[in-house]
Amino acid sequence: MNYETVIGLEIHAELKTKSKIFCGCSTKFASEPNENTCPVCLGLPGTLPVLNEEAVRLAVKAGTALNCRVNYLNKFDRKNYFYPDLPKAYQVSQYDMPVCTDGAVEFECGGRHIKVRINRVHLEEDAGKLIHLEDEPYSLVDYNRAGIPLIEIVTEPDMRSPLEAVTFMRMLKSILEYGEISDCRMEQGSLRCDANISVRPVGQKEYGTKVELKNINSFRELQKALEREEKRQIELYRFGEEHKIVQETRRWDSGKGRTISMRSKEEAHDYRYFPEPDLMPVIIDETAVSAIKNSLPELPMEKYRRFTQEYGLSDDDADNLTGDRYLSEYFENTVREGAAPKTAANWVLGDVLRMLNESDISSREIPVEPARLCRLISMVEEGKISNTAGREVFREMFAGGGSPEEVVEKKGLTQISSEDALLDLVRKVIEENPKSVADYRGGKTKAIGYLVGQVMNESKGRANPAVVNELLVKELG
Amino acid sequence: MSGGFKDAKKDGSDPAGTSMSNGHMGIREISAGVAGGKWSAYEITEMYIDKIKSMDDRIGAFLTICEESARAQAKAVDEKIRSGKQPGKLAGVPVAVKDNICTDGIRTTCASRMLENFVPPYNAAVIEKLINEDAVIVGKTNMDEFAMGSSTENSAFRITKNPRDVTRVPGGSSGGSAAAVAAGMVPVSLGSDTGGSIRQPDAFCGIVGLKPTYGLVSRYGLIAFGSSLDQIGPMSKTVEDCALMLEAIQGRDDRDSTSYRGEYQQDYAGRLSGDIKGLKIAVLKEYFTDGLENEIASSLNESIRRLEGLETSVDEVSLPAAGDGLSAYYIISSAEASSNLARYDSIRYGYRPKEYADVDELMEKSRSEAFGTEVKRRIMLGTYALSSGYYDAYYKRAQKYRKLLRSQLAGVFEKYDLILGPTSPVLPFKIGERSGDPLQMYLADIYTIIVNLAGLPAISVPCGFSRDGLPIGLQLIGPHYGEQVLLQAAYALEQDLKLGL
Repeated sequence: MNYETVIGLEIHAELKTKSKIFCGCSTKFASEPNENTCPVCLGLPGTLPVLNEEAVRLAVKAGTALNCRVNYLNKFDRKNYFYPDLPKAYQVSQYDMPVCTDGAVEFECGGRHIKVRINRVHLEEDAGKLIHLEDEPYSLVDYNRAGIPLIEIVTEPDMRSPLEAVTFMRMLKSILEYGEISDCRMEQGSLRCDANISVRPVGQKEYGTKVELKNINSFRELQKALEREEKRQIELYRFGEEHKIVQETRRWDSGKGRTISMRSKEEAHDYRYFPEPDLMPVIIDETAVSAIKNSLPELPMEKYRRFTQEYGLSDDDADNLTGDRYLSEYFENTVREGAAPKTAANWVLGDVLRMLNESDISSREIPVEPARLCRLISMVEEGKISNTAGREVFREMFAGGGSPEEVVEKKGLTQISSEDALLDLVRKVIEENPKSVADYRGGKTKAIGYLVGQVMNESKGRANPAVVNELLVKELG
Repeated sequence: MSGGFKDAKKDGSDPAGTSMSNGHMGIREISAGVAGGKWSAYEITEMYIDKIKSMDDRIGAFLTICEESARAQAKAVDEKIRSGKQPGKLAGVPVAVKDNICTDGIRTTCASRMLENFVPPYNAAVIEKLINEDAVIVGKTNMDEFAMGSSTENSAFRITKNPRDVTRVPGGSSGGSAAAVAAGMVPVSLGSDTGGSIRQPDAFCGIVGLKPTYGLVSRYGLIAFGSSLDQIGPMSKTVEDCALMLEAIQGRDDRDSTSYRGEYQQDYAGRLSGDIKGLKIAVLKEYFTDGLENEIASSLNESIRRLEGLETSVDEVSLPAAGDGLSAYYIISSAEASSNLARYDSIRYGYRPKEYADVDELMEKSRSEAFGTEVKRRIMLGTYALSSGYYDAYYKRAQKYRKLLRSQLAGVFEKYDLILGPTSPVLPFKIGERSGDPLQMYLADIYTIIVNLAGLPAISVPCGFSRDGLPIGLQLIGPHYGEQVLLQAAYALEQDLKLGL
């Protein structure tokens, strides 16, 4: 029998506000522990929350970007539970009247058109962070994060494989980045994801029992965790033991590469939600919503279409570029400086991306300015330097700065195109490679490629390969 | 009656000997004297601190006497006047503050072991306002723990006695603030009122107290009990002082999202006169039932006759929703309290148990050991009311009732300026008489709670005495932001009755 996997996601994204959601404290990451706290976000007795309107604006922006309906009247509720990182022992959240509802995100995955419906987007405050010390009998609490505004995005169970879930997450991340709604730094926890997964025999209408996976810190982990849980559930089905799949929360242990049961439905919290009496209902002005709609930049799907049409990029190139807002902007700026789109795309998706990965630098902080990359590209195109030299120059520019002209000058990488200067090298290579020469003369014209390569090596990459090719043909007559 | 006044007189410490006949000096007299150089704020402060020190052993109204900070504040007021600056409206007026209102650097306990050593790093909005008007905070007063109670017997620290009869309770939960004023230890005080906690002790102690419209006075710095019901309000000997205090503490505060955004009446006290001709007053039929003590009913009837003599009209009307108020109140206030008091987990501040194995036990033990019985009862009640499966039957139904009550009351205020009734169904009872019976205790709030559920303003004024000389309070309820008409009617009654309090 075949099985179908059903996945829904709950995503938390920290909003990019300067101050917290209910007080004036800074949202700066990596401050000293408890530096960004005040009586309000520490929940001291007698303090009251005051809503940061920028947080509402960003939540509306997110909802709009996700094609949701904006609820002009929405409200906050208290979610009650005890935990040392939660200063008031309740989280101010939105329960039955969230800021946005009923949206959808559409994208292509594995040749299939996927539509993931968004159930809701709601606002809430983040909790602090517990720090467990290895050799100490106590733990520490850092409340800097307490009160940072979050949106929780809840999808419908519309994804049918771990790959679709990961593709959706990439899409969502790029939408939130495009809209400047969230930093989406998963490694810093500003984008977090819980996944609900179940399996069912193909053809069955009802969903199987779902399991919630928590503690997932990267797209890679998301895929691994889902694949692992999918496998566990399908195996239970195969052995006729599907009753052993119980509604529960399982923690993903990335070290062990498996999920571990945290708590079952029976142990689930009763959060005792009720309307937050310290805040007034939120009333959103219609004109404010249209202003927010107009402030939305071009979103990834639109940009993807434009890149294929306007620049004639391949689907893959357009997809890879637009998946990352900053990379796509970098590409487009390079084109604006005058580079040919296809060549620019090759550079950005090739050497630029490679260097970013190697150096662990984010795409929003590419150290080489687009104008300089454009000049480098034209130096290669015009034959002033070879392709190989061009890549070396880029490396140098990326690592140490400087203009392409300076680097070429400093490293002596100007391309040698004069026949006089190359003839000696060509003759030397012919002399040292009698076998290839014989092959060529015997009719194996491909052998010339090897000989060109040898000349390039001898010239340390500076020889113009076209000229070298011509000279070789002439000399081997 | 109270030995308090006599003691104060015997002291002979009234500056310049200008005090009124019963030893009481009002806000205008004190502040005018301070502003005009007749006496200094420092002298006034010393005088009242002496009174507190000599009398409070017997009354037990205070949890903290702020000697040092009060002297420093008084000196600052005197310095301001010496340097030629215009003094505030409350120049040198000593104020006692209920111990659930945060005072910067001064212990604020809520009369609970949980916050026995809690020193807030900030002032409540009302404290800032009082200090801006050059008042002097002389002490923090006793109360029922976390404002839950009607007798101040639920304090973790001490019993407060009614200055009118020290064998009786002063009412609650603002019992300390009421007793302090009634005994003459301060001219005015601040209380908080979630279901009657200002008005009921005022009635018990024979003083005036106002619960303002929800939103009129900032709740910033008031330690929350029932957030949608809580309001801070003034307690005083006279209606005029009550009006002057309200002027000082009201006002929009951006730190409180429920703060009133409209225009504020500025001059309540200046508009007071004995003339209330043409005022239309409604008396709620539902308030005159079996539970009301006869002596209170007859005192109220006498007041109604007096009001009619002042050319007002008094009609009996029905408010069918009034009967369910008590249940709805205990559901909503306890639900909110269960959440508001959840933060006391001993992680960041507050009581810490001596021994605990892990963080769960730390939280459990601290709450079991440091909260009193009544607080625990309300937390359990509220937790139950909010639990899944019970929410609709309790909390949601109570909220629906609240809407119904509001609309019925709005109907009354379409035809009438004020609603009149008793403040409390019973006279001040003996200490210990009701403390074992929570239901009996809850019934003490029966006439006051609908005011909080509807967010209305209400005032309690003395209207007479029982045969045993125990004070009786009359409650006037106004429409939203109708403080002026409340104060006006209370003032006219006060002038007419001349009870000589």
